[in-house]
Amino acid sequence: MSVQKYSISGRPRPTGSKVDLYVWWAVRLSSLALFVLALAHFTMTHFVFDPGDQSAEWVRQTRWNSVALRALDWGMLMAVLVHGFLGMRTVLQDYVPSRVRSLSLGALYLLALILFVLGTQVVIALPFD
Amino acid sequence: MSRGTGPLASPQKLRNYPSYRGGEGMAAWAFHRISGIGVWLFIILHIIDIWLIGVNPELYDYLGQIYSSPPGRVMETLLGAALFYHALNGMRIVVMDFWPALTVYHRQMWRIVWIVFFAIGLPGAYIILKPIWEAVG
Repeated sequence: MSVQKYSISGRPRPTGSKVDLYVWWAVRLSSLALFVLALAHFTMTHFVFDPGDQSAEWVRQTRWNSVALRALDWGMLMAVLVHGFLGMRTVLQDYVPSRVRSLSLGALYLLALILFVLGTQVVIALPFD
Repeated sequence: MSRGTGPLASPQKLRNYPSYRGGEGMAAWAFHRISGIGVWLFIILHIIDIWLIGVNPELYDYLGQIYSSPPGRVMETLLGAALFYHALNGMRIVVMDFWPALTVYHRQMWRIVWIVFFAIGLPGAYIILKPIWEAVG
């Protein structure tokens, strides 16, 4: 008997692999954080302010002129990396042939690491005005 | 898992998965996956463009002009739609994952997703796109 991979709602809680179970939980817990953080972020950047007004100078002087706001955005970065890249792990596992699966997952995790470094660097190193 | 045992291995296999039997459940799942991949692609671009604020603010400002141009605003609207659908349907999935009894109402919950999507999304799209015709008119 094969384990059902999809249910009517999506992906049932994995029962075989511990790693898959942790991934399942991580995707769902990060989704709760992102439901608030990402939608609030989109509201701020598109409805409260206009993308045309958010220059690099404005981000430095206004948007990121407090440690708390930078920490909040860094927290959103962590949630989005966990959610987006573990979600893409599932997508790759579904579609990529097994002979290149490890390679593609390795490339995926490497990309996540690079984006983690770039995002963390700018949050920490951008000077306060 | 060896090659040939994945969910897309053969039409015979496809029929083993309820998500591929059509109807609202399959459409909800397909939209969720497509919107998720779309948002993921934008996230890669977005982390890099924010990184540019530190290393090349002029290039960041140039990208900002592209984002706020008319084609950029159309793309932003599509991004917002993908993000909002993924968020709303994601909550529908979480509800069914943690309260499986509610799975029997998955169609009704999907309709609620679309009602909220359009009720909030259409005014949102108007706000994002408004500068296009304000510039023309």
